[in-house]
Amino acid sequence: MGTSVFYFVATLSVIFALMVVFAKNPIHSVLYLILTFFTFTVHYVLLNAQFLAVVNFIVYMGAIMVLFLFVLMLLNLNKDNEPNKSALLKIVGIIAGGCLVVTLIGSLKSVAIANPLVLKNPNLGLVENLGKELFGPFMLPFELSSLLLLSAMVGAVLLTKKEEKANG
Amino acid sequence: MGIDFVIEKFILVIALFAISLLIAMYSTYAERKVAAFLQDRLGPDRAGPFGILQPLADGVKMFMKEEIIPANANKWLFMVGPGLAMLCACIGTAVIPWGQDMMVGDRLVKLQVTDINVGLLYIFGVISLGVYGVMIGGWASNNKYSLLSAIRAASQNISYEIAMGLSIIALLLVTNSLSLREIVSQQHGWHWNVIYQPLGFLIFMVCAFAETNRAPFDLPECEAELNGGYHMEYSSMKLGFYLFAEYINMFVSSTVMAALYFGGYNYPGMDYMAGLLGPTWAPLFGTAIFFLKIFAFIFFFMWVRWTIPRFRYDQLMSLGWKALIPLAIANIVVTGIVIAIVNKF
Repeated sequence: MGTSVFYFVATLSVIFALMVVFAKNPIHSVLYLILTFFTFTVHYVLLNAQFLAVVNFIVYMGAIMVLFLFVLMLLNLNKDNEPNKSALLKIVGIIAGGCLVVTLIGSLKSVAIANPLVLKNPNLGLVENLGKELFGPFMLPFELSSLLLLSAMVGAVLLTKKEEKANG
Repeated sequence: MGIDFVIEKFILVIALFAISLLIAMYSTYAERKVAAFLQDRLGPDRAGPFGILQPLADGVKMFMKEEIIPANANKWLFMVGPGLAMLCACIGTAVIPWGQDMMVGDRLVKLQVTDINVGLLYIFGVISLGVYGVMIGGWASNNKYSLLSAIRAASQNISYEIAMGLSIIALLLVTNSLSLREIVSQQHGWHWNVIYQPLGFLIFMVCAFAETNRAPFDLPECEAELNGGYHMEYSSMKLGFYLFAEYINMFVSSTVMAALYFGGYNYPGMDYMAGLLGPTWAPLFGTAIFFLKIFAFIFFFMWVRWTIPRFRYDQLMSLGWKALIPLAIANIVVTGIVIAIVNKF
């Protein structure tokens, strides 16, 4: 049953992800992206990673996508003020997309050969085990990444401060 | 997992759904009665004795009204908005433990739909999703006022979610668990979390007011400047859904506050009562106490609405960012230090 649910949800993920790209209206794109993230949450639950699932739910669907939607609504993008896409831009886009496809195929090929990773502890995704892992063996990288986020936050605050001075 | 398990959960879900709707229905009546009481008026008193049939009359009115979808609105999203608001309001009650395990005949019945070990975060996630109904509805109406209201709702919810999350972290330091079942059962008797986390409770409550868009934080539906806000273009039962969702949200927030900070189904002297009433009726008595607490919170919501005037937008933001968030962080630090000292000695 697990595999069939996985394939069903995975198909939905791919369809919604494609709709993000193909939707004409930017707001529709964001809404499809929210649905895509929701299917990711279901994937996490299927992988028995409840904590990751609920954090994905709160952070991506509940916070980041609200901000995306907020900014798009504020900008009110129409077809009129959409920047013109020249032929050069389209060619560059095709080349960049082609490079991505080649990279993905290359990496997927090596994945197929490698042995599948078997977790020693299938309940690793539960809060207690995850916390012990993060604050035990992975203490240093975890704290470093939090410092990285903090510095980004301080930088963002600093940028808004400078703008205020220039205006006033 | 037999058929009896499915039936048991099915009955519980249906009952919860019915209770949520019934309480939301009578909250509209209670709101008007409380408002009338606070303003020295009579309030609705024509439909039935004391006007208790007023919610039914309102419901019939909502259904009978003409349904209008504005010509320039985005039809699909216009319909999705109220539905989403209602959905997010209704799924929050699934993880609340409504009572202790109850004996029905020989069967041990759990008065909780599901006990996931990240229940608290699930509630938090559902609350944070609630804003999509307002945002999508406000945007799809294709109306300046609705759009402004949607944007206000989004920024308000994002701002107060942070303080709410931080106040929950301090609570987690005390309870050591994310499962609502465990958090509530730890507060046995009078060991309610509000005694250990008074400041955390205050922050959580203010944020709950903001998240449910209730006065004094009802800026998204500020009629003086926004003509009704995000549901301005809505009519008939779609409007009814938005109004209903607000009352269900109020019920869920009251429930969460009562469960997290005020002991849920626990009350002083519950062991004595358990001996007196036996394993079937004592849990039900606890559930009744739980509902009393919830009603007290709902009354408090209404009391505040008719007492405190609405905030100005900049006041709202400075309260959220400059007062509540630093307070919540200080609360975490103090709680952490106290717990470390208590554990040491």
